[in-house]
Amino acid sequence: MHPAPSVIIFTTLSGLGFGLLFWLGLGFPAVTGWTAFAFFAIAYALAVGGLLASTFHLGHPERAIKAFTQWRSSWLSREACTSVAALVVMGLYGAGLVFFGERWALLGWIGAALSLLTVYTTSMIYAQMKTVPRWQTPLTPVLFLTLAITGGAILSGEVTAALVLLLLAAVVQVIWWQRGDGALAGSGTNLATATGLGKPGQVRAFEPPHTGTNYLLREFVHVVGRKHAMKLRLIALVLGYALPFALLALPFNHVFALLAVLSHLTGIAASRWLFFAEAEHVVGLYYGKR
Amino acid sequence: MTTLPEKTDRKLGLVIDLDTCVGCHACVVSCKGWNTENYGAPLSDQDPYGADPTGTFLNRVHSYEVQPEEGAAQLIHFPKSCLHCEDAPCVTVCPTGASYKRTEDGIVLVNETDCIGCGLCAWACPYGAREMDAAEGVMKKCTLCVDRIYNDNLPEVDQVPACVRTCPAGARHFGDLGDPDSEVSQLVAERGGMDLMPEQGTKPVNQYLPPRPKDELDRTAAPEDSEIDVLAPYLNPVADSPKGFLGWLDKTLEKL
Ligand code: SF4
Ligand code: SF4
Ligand code: SF4
Repeated sequence: MHPAPSVIIFTTLSGLGFGLLFWLGLGFPAVTGWTAFAFFAIAYALAVGGLLASTFHLGHPERAIKAFTQWRSSWLSREACTSVAALVVMGLYGAGLVFFGERWALLGWIGAALSLLTVYTTSMIYAQMKTVPRWQTPLTPVLFLTLAITGGAILSGEVTAALVLLLLAAVVQVIWWQRGDGALAGSGTNLATATGLGKPGQVRAFEPPHTGTNYLLREFVHVVGRKHAMKLRLIALVLGYALPFALLALPFNHVFALLAVLSHLTGIAASRWLFFAEAEHVVGLYYGKR
Repeated sequence: MTTLPEKTDRKLGLVIDLDTCVGCHACVVSCKGWNTENYGAPLSDQDPYGADPTGTFLNRVHSYEVQPEEGAAQLIHFPKSCLHCEDAPCVTVCPTGASYKRTEDGIVLVNETDCIGCGLCAWACPYGAREMDAAEGVMKKCTLCVDRIYNDNLPEVDQVPACVRTCPAGARHFGDLGDPDSEVSQLVAERGGMDLMPEQGTKPVNQYLPPRPKDELDRTAAPEDSEIDVLAPYLNPVADSPKGFLGWLDKTLEKL
């Protein structure tokens, strides 16, 4: 799949933003007034910034409002609905903390649940795709949710939780990669089932339908960056998990905490890049590619 | 609504004969010709006369080599367009309701004024049957020429999809695959029509007829009971080395 920057930025930033909103909703850290304002501003900047970035890849962003209508069947529509619901509820809850110094706990819990639900709906957009075997696994929502909660813990300064979660997330990440590497072969879809020509003999793509490129090849058959996949996985592991872990394990210091956040963000962006670049869409088979 | 209809009254679709398709791409051209100036946004091209041309097509013809265990390889031309799946994953993922499957005939369409161009439906289609138009920013796909098949302004013979009308090899058939007595259903039953990627669970309406076995060009001798056998001995080479004048010439030239 084509690793579109808008989608990578969107899933990385908004995942982190909703992760922070989750912790704020639960009352961690227990802030009010201007400190609360700062925390909420960061969370909203990440979550809303990510959502806005995602509209950049739309052909007709001006019609985006229509995406709220099909929540009965479409995960993308569900994501649109839950994200707005989460932002509204957490906005009210945040207003209570900032302007009235009051923590409306119930509202906070609802907002926290909605924030996680938003991350879940995002992950299901990918996990539902039978056409991309690497994504189609319950591990995909597990990965997105653990990453969001972990990132939120780092941002909200919940150091102990962050340390445990970083370890957990790293394990989920490695398992997700491991499983993904055999996913296409294990899916049962191959050139023989794609063409139905497996019975007479061995099928090989002889000539593509067009000599130039097209939408399908640009969008679904991204092979360029894959040869660096192993290096990038290492970078993602070190920057996303190991380094933040080390920085947070040291005696607390604001500079270290900031570095941990930045390192985590960069590592997760690299992991998200791989999430797309390594994903094989079955349509590539028709072109003799994967 | 992007939930799928429980059932459709008819299942209009194509039957594509991989045995007779000659890979001429005429269906590709006629499809583009009709659909760029009728239903919905035109099918744009980018840099069409330049070094790096690309564009939107609703039908494309691949070619595959099939190598049997024994004998010569076969070249199979393979036209591919939307299969108007019964369980169309492209419809249910659409967030806006732009993609839908019609209850009356099962045709899968995009309402372009509702489409936000998110591309998710193309992600969900395993067959690469949907292409986002780069100029219009909306999703394009085969409409089964919905603006021809019900069009009383056209002569009856033209009230079929453009690709079917055009195919010089008679490799494309159009009809109701939901009716077991229709010509297309009969053809599918007779020739063992198949689903593409059945494991994806899309239940495609369009069916593909497998290529029939070809003559065995590299067969050394005809089997005992085949008709060819009667004349075959007369066709066997009678001598390995030339005789007569040619033999003399051969020998003389050899000596020189
Ligand atoms: S072939 Fe693709 S676009 Fe057409 S109905 Fe099936 S899934 Fe949808
Ligand atoms: S590109 Fe258009 S038709 Fe396809 S899923 Fe998005 S809104 Fe629906
Ligand atoms: S027009 Fe007919 S013979 Fe030519 S490529 Fe299309 S299906 Fe095959």
